[in-house]
Amino acid sequence: MNLRRVLVLFAHPALHRSRVHRAMLRAAREVQGITTHDLYQTYPDFDIDVSHEQGLLLTHDVVVCQHPFYWYSTPPLIKQWEDLVLEHGWAYGRDGKALHGKTWMHAISAGGREEAYRADGHNRFTVSQLLAPLEQTARLCGMQWRAPFVVHGTHLLSDHEVAQHAAEYAQLLAGLRDG
Amino acid sequence: MGEGGLLFQAFVFLAAAVVAVPIASRLGLGSVLGYLIAGVAIGPFGFGFIGNDAQDLLHFAEFGVVMMLFVIGLELQPALLWRLRGTLLGMGGLQVAGTTAVAVGIGLAVGQTWQVSLAIGLILSLSSTAIVLQSLAERGYMKTDAGQRAFAVLLFQDMAVIPMLAILPLLATAAVVGGETGHGAGGWLDSLPAWLRALVVLGAVALVIVGGRFVVQPLFRTIARTRLREVFTAAALLLMIGIALLMNLVGLSPALGTFLAGVVLATSEFRHELESDIEPFKGLLLGLFFLAVGASIDFALVGNEAMTVGALVASLVLLKAAVLFVLGRVFRMGLDQNLLFTMALAQGGEFGFVLLSYAGQNAVLPAQTASVLVAAIALSMAITPLLLVLYERVLVPRVGTRPTAQREADEIHDESSVIIAGFGQFGSTIGRLLRAQGIRPVVLEYDSDRVELLRRLGLDVHYGDASRLDLLHSAGIEKARVLVIALGDDAKTLALAHVVHERYPHVRILARAVTRPAVFELMQAGIPDVYRDTLDTALRVGEDALAALGTPRHHAHRLAQAFRRHDERHVRDLAATKLEWGTYVDRVRGNIRALEADLAREFGDAAEPIRDSAWDSSTLRAEAAARDRDASPSSKPTTHAQN
Repeated sequence: MNLRRVLVLFAHPALHRSRVHRAMLRAAREVQGITTHDLYQTYPDFDIDVSHEQGLLLTHDVVVCQHPFYWYSTPPLIKQWEDLVLEHGWAYGRDGKALHGKTWMHAISAGGREEAYRADGHNRFTVSQLLAPLEQTARLCGMQWRAPFVVHGTHLLSDHEVAQHAAEYAQLLAGLRDG
Repeated sequence: MGEGGLLFQAFVFLAAAVVAVPIASRLGLGSVLGYLIAGVAIGPFGFGFIGNDAQDLLHFAEFGVVMMLFVIGLELQPALLWRLRGTLLGMGGLQVAGTTAVAVGIGLAVGQTWQVSLAIGLILSLSSTAIVLQSLAERGYMKTDAGQRAFAVLLFQDMAVIPMLAILPLLATAAVVGGETGHGAGGWLDSLPAWLRALVVLGAVALVIVGGRFVVQPLFRTIARTRLREVFTAAALLLMIGIALLMNLVGLSPALGTFLAGVVLATSEFRHELESDIEPFKGLLLGLFFLAVGASIDFALVGNEAMTVGALVASLVLLKAAVLFVLGRVFRMGLDQNLLFTMALAQGGEFGFVLLSYAGQNAVLPAQTASVLVAAIALSMAITPLLLVLYERVLVPRVGTRPTAQREADEIHDESSVIIAGFGQFGSTIGRLLRAQGIRPVVLEYDSDRVELLRRLGLDVHYGDASRLDLLHSAGIEKARVLVIALGDDAKTLALAHVVHERYPHVRILARAVTRPAVFELMQAGIPDVYRDTLDTALRVGEDALAALGTPRHHAHRLAQAFRRHDERHVRDLAATKLEWGTYVDRVRGNIRALEADLAREFGDAAEPIRDSAWDSSTLRAEAAARDRDASPSSKPTTHAQN
């Protein structure tokens, strides 16, 4: 069986303050055959090396974009990354087919509980609805969109629960790898 | 000393050490045991190279212990001492009191007088600072909980020696034999009334403390300015011997005197320099001391009184271990740490020898008892390294309470994990940035005038030539994770970088380079993190100049970022290939052209396709226009609205 090459595109501007993402990232790094790429660690000055990033995308089949859910979206470096890396004529457009057929998904941590992300909840939209711009970005680039992995209510999690979520995440990555 | 001259003696000692110590280390027994075995081998009961003069030798080599306490004092900043105060007084005090009490009980039970029991109890309560610290440091246990506590207890014991020296004569049951004065008070002092004697002793201590601060430091500063290393070393030795003499004169332990001097100098800028100057002498003399301990074990006596000595050693070790283990429980140490603590301190100490000879002179103990005790203490010291081996090989695998909670490496900022060499404008800026994050770098600077100024400004700066290996050693290069070379002198930078890169490959070197050739040489030496002195400032000025000329601020910033990226790549390429001067000039010229072309392509508003900036929409416009021309009105809306 052919294993799929999974890239974890990770972005957190203050990782030392996030126990959830530290645990998730550590779990991801322990899964065999997964590439983890820490964007804030690599580009502290937002000076993204476009050709390096494109090369990484070309050598992977699945991209898992792991980040906290800031203002219902990504941290700004991911946006910068999208703007610069997903070039016209490469990622989209008439000749932009580099990413066709790959899979894209998000792995998100959110402070609010799941009940808050409902039409009648505090945030009025589901997480999937709020991710619409990212979903459309992926689809425009010809990638398959997978429903996000969301860790809810991060402020209230016990250490044990954090470890559980991290283990689930590792399982998910292994599953993506095994196709 | 024995047959042959001084050279022959030295040859025997060194040869024994050179043969035995590496073998013992290799077998995981530690160097202390190696020295002890070597001592036995060359002693009267081995090859007999040293005869009955082992006691004299021991006396001479005790100076190693004196130096060790000076170095310990140097490493002991008052703040650390303050932090250890609870353990020091609590554990140390209870250890001495507990061991003494139990020993007195046993002594009384076997029918000794209370005076003899108390004397023996006090003497046996001491552990061996020399053996314990050397063994623990060698095995890397000093920073553990057990290591810190053992250290505190030893420190308390070393201080307790002073009142013990005062108490022992009071325990005399027989009249003092002869007027010999040994380790204790000098004869002239005895003729003084008690209050004056106390005053003299206090005065001597005050002299060490005040003199250390107000005489020794300025003196060292002056000597440092001459930049003659051997004079500095001579001054350090002079200080040590002077204090030892003074202490002997007033009847205090020289070790304690130099320890005090060490603490006084611990906050001075010469701390590391002194440490590394004394270190070799200390190491050799301590080795000699262990050799002498090995040689002085009286195997004839051990043979004759095998039962007594054996029982004494066993009960000494067991008794001390029991008291220590209970203490460890009371002070809530983890089981594995407690076991280490217990094993480490369960022996008699070198100050025991001193006290024993003193007790003999003052007729507190019969000579026979004293020599049996000397043998027992020496044997218990020899057993310590074996107990540590037992701890590592047998106990730890059983107990196995490794810390379970994973500590994350990136959150630990060990105080000594970064060293900055050179503390001019460049280095001090780096130092300030690190301190803002709560990291206190060890700073080395060779200009003693500047050191003084910086210290007045409240910075923690040490004097010394950073390219000296021993100085790096005492600055903690073994434990350091990062070395910042901020020297303005490329030759020095290169020398330092080479040495550290070769000897301590685990240390990440961040090197400042002033000239191009230095940049290349550093990179070719395998040091990737090379910082050109002026690049960053120049780029900032360039960026501001562009902005002043009307280039949008963010665009100028991105341009400078790209410039730096390309330029660093070119320098790395150039460093990778060693070139003749002529070819080099051609290559550089070519690189400059290539860089300009790259930047024009990335950022210029040229007609050709533009990379990097996907923020540019010209290709989108072109594609949209093409779609329009195709006339078939696409159902697909323009999705990526840019511009």
